[in-house]
Amino acid sequence: MSRRVGLEASLAAAEAARMADVDVIAAYPITPQTHIPERLAEMVADGELNAAYIPVESEHSALSACLGAAAVGARTFTATAGQGLELMHEVVYVASSMRYPIVMTVCNRALSAPLSVWGDHSDVMAVRDTGWIQIFCQNSQEAFDLTLWAFRVGEDSRVLLPVMVHFDGFHLSHVTEPVVLPEQEEVDGFLPRFRYPFALNPDKPMTHGAFGPPDIYSEAKIAQEVAFRKSKDVIIQGFKEFGDIFGRYYHLVESYRAEGAKTLLLTMGSFSETAKIAIDLKKSKGESVGLISLRLWRPFPFEELRQAVGNAETLIVFDRCISFGGPGGPVSSEIKSALYSEKNRPEVVSFIGGLGGRDMAVEDFEYVIERGREIVEKGSKELFETVGIRGKVTGIRG
Amino acid sequence: MAGLLEIRWHGRGGLGAVTSAELVARAAISEGKYAQSFPSFGPERRGAPVIAFLRISDESIRTRTAIDEPDIVVVLDPGLLRVVDVTSGLKDNGKIIINSRKSPAELKSEFGYKWPVAAVDATRIARETIGMPITNTAMIGALLKVTEVVKLDTVVEQLDERFGARAKGNIEAMKRAYRETVIKE
Amino acid sequence: MAEKRLKTGSDFTWRDMEVGNVVKEAGNAALRRTGDWRSQRPVIDREKCNKCGLCWLYCPDAAIKPLEDGYYEADLFYCKGCGICANVCPKEAITMIEEEEK
Repeated sequence: MSRRVGLEASLAAAEAARMADVDVIAAYPITPQTHIPERLAEMVADGELNAAYIPVESEHSALSACLGAAAVGARTFTATAGQGLELMHEVVYVASSMRYPIVMTVCNRALSAPLSVWGDHSDVMAVRDTGWIQIFCQNSQEAFDLTLWAFRVGEDSRVLLPVMVHFDGFHLSHVTEPVVLPEQEEVDGFLPRFRYPFALNPDKPMTHGAFGPPDIYSEAKIAQEVAFRKSKDVIIQGFKEFGDIFGRYYHLVESYRAEGAKTLLLTMGSFSETAKIAIDLKKSKGESVGLISLRLWRPFPFEELRQAVGNAETLIVFDRCISFGGPGGPVSSEIKSALYSEKNRPEVVSFIGGLGGRDMAVEDFEYVIERGREIVEKGSKELFETVGIRGKVTGIRG
Repeated sequence: MAGLLEIRWHGRGGLGAVTSAELVARAAISEGKYAQSFPSFGPERRGAPVIAFLRISDESIRTRTAIDEPDIVVVLDPGLLRVVDVTSGLKDNGKIIINSRKSPAELKSEFGYKWPVAAVDATRIARETIGMPITNTAMIGALLKVTEVVKLDTVVEQLDERFGARAKGNIEAMKRAYRETVIKE
Repeated sequence: MAEKRLKTGSDFTWRDMEVGNVVKEAGNAALRRTGDWRSQRPVIDREKCNKCGLCWLYCPDAAIKPLEDGYYEADLFYCKGCGICANVCPKEAITMIEEEEK
């Protein structure tokens, strides 16, 4: 029998790692991810989880240790946030280019300076191009589900790529809410044993991490890019298998009451749920609005995004990160790029807010929708506008 | 009960306000309801005023913002009354529950509260039941006396699970506070 | 040493790359002729050599090979001419001569 319990997203992720019977955990604690390594350490110490827990001295070491574990075919898990993700940055690229299927929870946290332990998406945007499969959770149930799914997809022999499971620091990591936990047999049925085809073994020696001089590096990178994009098929298959066993079906792009809507709001992460309330309020007043949420961030779901956008006239993108001096909010610039070649494309309006733990209330999303529509009607020279930030800023040009 | 109930807990870091909210949330979830609990986010410091939030509903809860307009406010330490505006945003038909040696009538008159006030000397109960002035489990009892958001027995189960060997004292604290809480409309 | 041709980068298109650029052929660095990097080579004087084996022990590339008769010889396929063997020989039995002098 599956059980319905109250769990924070952190503990849900730890529970998923336990049910997935991970072999190696190498992690360093950092707010707001701390409950994950603490819980996993507890589980290992209490014999609830048969795994090697390596208490490393930094995040750089954490991910490096994960490389070694994955190289011998161990099911490997780690977790981090914000500055921790930055500290392991060089290793992040290595994990994907060496094709090690490590699963990493990232409790999205703002990047210093000023020092902030609170949530936003700047740590996510810093790893956009690293070649990891990246997925966003909107609640604690998803934190559990998508962690399991991550092992299934990353370890698939057609994929062999590391996966980041993102959920908002504090807004999800520390929120206790209902989570349905499945039976162990169901998990075992979904998640086969990890069989890494290139596991380092003295009986069958091979070389990992070879040098790549100019006459081979480019070919190696193209091969990585092609494999990365191909992983989308297994990603979709993984969602289907998950739904067939556990009854919850996830999609690359989630649409909420978006069918036929003239104005669409796009969000990622837990604020999507708050935004849905704003959509409901506006719809009850007869307004033509809807919400789309990017669930899969990398590889970017171009087709599914275009499908979700449909014939909307206005697409308001909400970013929780500033890409300094760049083409606006990072998500909005990617959305614009994805829609560039479409004959009929909506006006894309960019809002930035929710930085460093700044909350977004339902009213804030209502404002974003109204102001977004106004911008399209009256025109604006601003590259993006802010929401919930004291002091209006103008003169930001694209 | 239907509809969304929003409860704000005022405590001090290290004295269990977050745990109270979490235990009640877990109890509500185990009864098949929807619930959500979380702390005021940030680095934790023992003794500093903290806030915990609790939402309970028969329907799924999508909002994740801090509770600005609570239905109920629970105050775990009377010293907070002069330090924090515990009734900020409290709805007109809201209620206040305070750990205090004073009677609800005294508290109402001293602070000019227009809302119903419930009071219990949770500190004394805690010292006598668990041997420490940690009032969080006692105050769960006070909450349940004021409004039965979850069944007492469901919380007993959660206390057993959470505290193991130390559950007995905490359960007694909760039940005593439940009995001794006095409400003045 | 096997005269198998060592593949170079230009043999590979992106499709030929192994997953994660893993090199499955174990120890194939042995195919790489590093002897071409050499500008001087060691010559061992058997008159002086006492077969102590220090040259073999110290060679950083394992390019000194033991012979059946107990003496040692530099494997010129690999030997990079660093001169460490000559430096450590207790009998000064090893001389480094310029590659030009054949």
